[in-house]
Amino acid sequence: MPPDHLQRQAEPRSAWRTLARSFAPSGSRGQVITGLLCALLGFALVVQVQANRSEGLSSLRQDELVRILDEVTRRAEELQTQVTDLRAQRTELVTGSDTERAAREAAAARAEVQGILAGELPAVGPGVELIIREPDQPIPAPVLYNVLEELRNAGAEAIQVGDQRLTASSYFIDTPDGVQVDGVLLSPPYRWLAIGDPDTVTTALSIPGGALAAVRNAGGSTDLSSRDEVQVTAVRVVERPRYATPAPAVEGG
Amino acid sequence: MIALIGLVVGALVGLFLEPTVPAVLQPYLPIAVVAALDALFGGLRALLDGVFDDRVFVISFLSNVVVAALIVFLGDQLGVGTQLSTAVVVVLGIRIFSNAAAIRRHLLKA
Repeated sequence: MPPDHLQRQAEPRSAWRTLARSFAPSGSRGQVITGLLCALLGFALVVQVQANRSEGLSSLRQDELVRILDEVTRRAEELQTQVTDLRAQRTELVTGSDTERAAREAAAARAEVQGILAGELPAVGPGVELIIREPDQPIPAPVLYNVLEELRNAGAEAIQVGDQRLTASSYFIDTPDGVQVDGVLLSPPYRWLAIGDPDTVTTALSIPGGALAAVRNAGGSTDLSSRDEVQVTAVRVVERPRYATPAPAVEGG
Repeated sequence: MIALIGLVVGALVGLFLEPTVPAVLQPYLPIAVVAALDALFGGLRALLDGVFDDRVFVISFLSNVVVAALIVFLGDQLGVGTQLSTAVVVVLGIRIFSNAAAIRRHLLKA
């Protein structure tokens, strides 16, 4: 072979020819050994490629495995923390909406109560019906007002006379035509409806020298009856206060 | 030609046998393959230079493989196996490139 080399070296453009001559199968020892080694290389190459393709973690070194394990563990911890955070957030939101709903319900209930007390809403409940007739002479307004006061004292929660809802600002006044309530003329007989504890109201009105006695003294006749259900249907439109505004909330108020 | 046939035959044998690499050899096989590739390119270059010698080729092939595996093994024992195998691959890669460049100059005159 060495003489071949020298000969080939002498020709300047013989690289391809060199290659072709070397690759020509001659069965020499060098070619056989080279072929064997190339076979070994091809075998190892294919085996390694396949191992690399098929095997995931098993071909990794120990420190790489430890690093991967560390990363996975840390990632899991992060996710766990995230889960805890989100759970807490969810609980907070659920509680928050519960609180909000409770507050809204409480506000609605308070609005109803105050609507009834202020005369804005019709009301129904146990109470009394009182009919005052004036056969001959008109009953003066203070006597009727006295009846209202007595009903209030007895704890009546919703009161109406005729078609007028009586509230905290209601007034009775004598006019030449008759008695006016809150600027509306009343005509006898006066039909009162009051929601409250019927026994208490009845007792309070019938006290000797009380409201009904005063009505009778003024010449009227009274007809008082307890009812299991009284419907106070008259309502009054409450105007917004022009001057008064809510005072700053006191703690606990 | 026999070299090419050997390469193909080896690859086919590997494909059909589908052997599993022993766990002991797993870290060294890729390095050994790269070292053998280096030896192969070196041999090709020597052939084109006209200084090819089969004895030299066999010895360089085997010693390349063994030395590369040894270096990686040593690195594993020292705890720097990953870095050292990277270093070996880089060095062998550079050698393969320079050999390939020499071959290209021979064959293409460029």
